[in-house]
Amino acid sequence: MQVFINLAYLVAAILFIFGIKGMTTPKTAVRGNQMSAVGMLIAVIAALLEHHVVTYGYIIIGVIIGAGIGTFLARKVQMTSMPEMVAALNGFGGGASLLVASANYLEMQQAAALPAGTLMGMPEVSLMWSVALILSILIGAVTLTGSFVAVGKLMGKLGDPSSIGMFKMIVKICFALLIAGAIYFVADDPLEHSNLLIVMVVICLLLGVALVIPIGGADMPVVIALLNSYSGLAGSATGFVLGNNGLIITGSLVGASGLILTTIMCKAMNRSLTNVLFGGSMAAESGVSKDENDAFYEGKVKVSSADEVAMLLDSAKKVIFVPGYGLAVAQAQHATRELASMLQDHGIDVKYAIHPVAGRMPGHMNVLLAEAEVPYEQLVEMDVINPEFAQTDVAIVLGANDVTNPAASKDKNSPIYGMPILQVQNAKSVVVVKRGLSPGFAGIPNELFINENSLMVHGDAKLVLQEIISAMKDL
Amino acid sequence: MDATVLMLTFTIFVLAIFVGVEVINKVPPTLHTPLMSGTNAISGIVVVGAIISSGGGEQTDSLSTFLGVLAIILACINIFGGFMVTDRMLHMFKKK
Repeated sequence: MQVFINLAYLVAAILFIFGIKGMTTPKTAVRGNQMSAVGMLIAVIAALLEHHVVTYGYIIIGVIIGAGIGTFLARKVQMTSMPEMVAALNGFGGGASLLVASANYLEMQQAAALPAGTLMGMPEVSLMWSVALILSILIGAVTLTGSFVAVGKLMGKLGDPSSIGMFKMIVKICFALLIAGAIYFVADDPLEHSNLLIVMVVICLLLGVALVIPIGGADMPVVIALLNSYSGLAGSATGFVLGNNGLIITGSLVGASGLILTTIMCKAMNRSLTNVLFGGSMAAESGVSKDENDAFYEGKVKVSSADEVAMLLDSAKKVIFVPGYGLAVAQAQHATRELASMLQDHGIDVKYAIHPVAGRMPGHMNVLLAEAEVPYEQLVEMDVINPEFAQTDVAIVLGANDVTNPAASKDKNSPIYGMPILQVQNAKSVVVVKRGLSPGFAGIPNELFINENSLMVHGDAKLVLQEIISAMKDL
Repeated sequence: MDATVLMLTFTIFVLAIFVGVEVINKVPPTLHTPLMSGTNAISGIVVVGAIISSGGGEQTDSLSTFLGVLAIILACINIFGGFMVTDRMLHMFKKK
């Protein structure tokens, strides 16, 4: 029987791999996701058939509560809040690993108290078990609290602290204590030291908070991806604890996925992971004062109107929209799509330039535009679209700032120097729709806004777009 | 667990990471958000361990059963929340 159960876990893991493979094109992705879900069902049925499992009451209660909460969240969550949702799910994943490993520890303690051979099939207390147990519990705990601090930051309930020195200190102390504690725990008899284990869990919960609080709000995409990876690694470690290959494989898939996305996000911001994690918020480090910012733009910005933009668009052959997170804040996705379809009806070539950190998590902007029914073929990645700006008549920047700042490629002293940007300045005309002239996350002014070929339309993105649409109708 | 089993398990772990890197590198940036919520869902596989811990009946003590049930709740939030929200997003990409 056990052979079939283990085979079922393997089948589940294979279905997960095919499921992720389905995600390589939007056409096959829905099926891929369904395959993963079937894999999960198979794994759950196999677990229910394990011979340790004799009562089902508690299991059913747990599944009903979890399924209810999960279904509610999945139905209600706004697409703008996907980063919070994913961060919360990372936290629950980490928490589940922490709990499963803890429960296993208790069972081992109990089994050790019984005469030999009473409980069959339990893994023995080995060095590997102890190391995996510690890792699973520690990574799980850090992921749990770290993720919920990230949720708080994404919701704007937790700001960036002005000084990060204290948090760095706490992190160092926590690490020192954990390393010492873990070595003692593993080297001595692990089953005798449940109090030490509890203390270490508390330290890790604190560590999760101290690690994420000092990270700037703009760096949350990296943090979410990294915590995603942690939740996978915690799951993998739990697999080592339980001696379950299905868990090990799945956990490492998730761990690899999170790590790849973390790397992509770091590259898109031209920052090292260490700098994101321990460098503090960019605006606090390098930002300019309000007076300096005003002086930079003083008298150099050409302010335009919706009517003028409408005329400009009317004579254009190729238009690129450059959306940033400000677009989603203004709920202007639908207005953007409406203007885009109108332009297309005029025979104008329309595309969207998507910077990897345009949203608040990897791929976020694509989801927000897909929700507004923008066909995904029109969403073009940075490297592909950059050469096209030179042949573009009008580029419309909507709520994007730092990712369009030419200083990133020209000014060696700029804090964002080296960051890959959308080369919007190469378009024949650039229209920037923006409420005011406040700096973006990097805290610096943007010379794109004072360029020769740039026009600014001040106002809420949604209202401005609607004005442009009605002005186009009147032409 | 002896050294052979440890080595075998560790081999599986390392190979799975390589498979993960290979497959995930091919996912286009357009689908990175659904990829993350989808991997959230499959990390709910830890429910397997939770089921084994909470279904032990008389054999296991009540604290470990309690932790197991809590773990089932969290893992099921991931499974149901993750798969359903991923499905919701992917349908937005599908329709024209």
